[in-house]
Amino acid sequence: METTAKYKRLLPPMRGLARDFYSWCKKHELRFQKCSACGTWRHVPREMCPQCGSFDYQWAKSSGRGQVFSWATTTQPMLPHFADDVPYATVIVELDEGVRMATWVVDIPPDQLRIGLPVEVIFDDVTEDVTLPKFRVRRPA
Amino acid sequence: MHPLKDKACIVGVGETPYTRGTDRSQLSQILHATMAALDDAGLKPHDIDGMVLPMPMPTAEHLAANLGIPDLRYTASSNIGGAAPVAAVQTAALAVAMGIARHVLIPVGWNAYSGAGVRGAGRGGPVGLPPSFGLTMSEYYMPYGLAVPAQWFAWLATRYVEQYKVPLEGPAAVALAARKHAHLNEKAFMRNRPLTMDDYRNARMVAQPFRLFDCCLETDGACAVIISSAERARDLKQPPIYISGAAEGHPLPADDIPGRKDFFKIGLYFAAPKAFEMAEVTVNDLDFVQIYDCFTHIVLLELEALGVCKPGEAGQFVQHGRIELGGELPFNTHGGLLSEAHVAGVNHIAEATRQLRHQCAERQVKDAALGVVTGFGDFGDGSLIVLRR
Repeated sequence: METTAKYKRLLPPMRGLARDFYSWCKKHELRFQKCSACGTWRHVPREMCPQCGSFDYQWAKSSGRGQVFSWATTTQPMLPHFADDVPYATVIVELDEGVRMATWVVDIPPDQLRIGLPVEVIFDDVTEDVTLPKFRVRRPA
Repeated sequence: MHPLKDKACIVGVGETPYTRGTDRSQLSQILHATMAALDDAGLKPHDIDGMVLPMPMPTAEHLAANLGIPDLRYTASSNIGGAAPVAAVQTAALAVAMGIARHVLIPVGWNAYSGAGVRGAGRGGPVGLPPSFGLTMSEYYMPYGLAVPAQWFAWLATRYVEQYKVPLEGPAAVALAARKHAHLNEKAFMRNRPLTMDDYRNARMVAQPFRLFDCCLETDGACAVIISSAERARDLKQPPIYISGAAEGHPLPADDIPGRKDFFKIGLYFAAPKAFEMAEVTVNDLDFVQIYDCFTHIVLLELEALGVCKPGEAGQFVQHGRIELGGELPFNTHGGLLSEAHVAGVNHIAEATRQLRHQCAERQVKDAALGVVTGFGDFGDGSLIVLRR
């Protein structure tokens, strides 16, 4: 929840497991925790595998491909940091690995979002230190 | 039989006026509501020896110091947002049934409209993000501009509306029924402020799909309830209202909404069967429901979690007056958070109590004998009490 002089929007606090998650994003890799014992993917990051109880995990590379699961379109500014962005949709994307995350889909307006819309990850280097994973519509090649 | 069934009662309820604008501090509001609840019960401040607090401020210490409680024997807190007051009733019932305390106070009050600054109320310093979900939110949602309940519950509501093709008339029926009931309640902030379907439809969008009248009110005020053992309750001023069933439940996981495998399994889904089983009743036995109505679409999800209707069908069920007074299952007979006031649903407990005492005059549910109150809070935690006269 920090901002910098140039970047008006909120930034994630770089601590603990969040720092690990966003550090991979800075390298333009979308990685999630994958349990070393039972192989279950998870997000948001956690100390233990809620499936099997193991403390062991790897940061496994995601395909970056997924689809729109739901979204919240903000039409009235709720946070001063995002006042210039309305209307914007905070989208839940379900990755092919099964995990879901909050993000933005950058290349279509909120009213064109649909459940199941295929999307793929892109990386937005919003400051020198922070890169946010976002998504764009996946179109047939 | 469940060992806690009917062992504790609601013996007193009271509130302040519900306003927009006040010169009372949050603490003062809560103390006024507490005195009203004590008067209702025929008790004095020194009779209170337990507190279960659904909000972090003020603390039990602040309250006891002002009330002059000589021997505060039991304090607990329940930090699950709007699910906390109803969950607190379960905790209070345990305390009085086991003889750990005689009379337990559950108060909620805030100046949600005027702000925490009224008369320097913010003794606890700046309010941060709730520890229960603030971490997830600051790390993974807020960088994408999502930080308030209207936004995070819009995730649930968007998927719900899309998946089940819920008609606009569904959430609208919830808003309109609440307002209709508020007109019969002299305490309701929205009394005599008419709301039509056109008003509902044309109101500004707050966070899609929530229009203005899908969202609960922001008001100033407080409400308090007092729980005593069934034995003691029989000697007090009011007819005792028995806590027949009580339960709390949490979605999986409770601290992250997108990560839920079963997206619509809110906490109430887990709590409802337990509370009904404890009370040895079914949803068909209920004379009314007081539902935590932070947003109209959430009311629909709660009706489904209670088992009133099947998944995706609540938007149809609530139409045609079914949830209005005189209908199949009257809901929020006081107007609820949508049209009476927002005191985190303690007002729902007060209303259920008065309905079961038959003190509700023109909004009385005829022969009301059994009803439920739900709580819903944070990222979807749930609670439920089943009450009988």
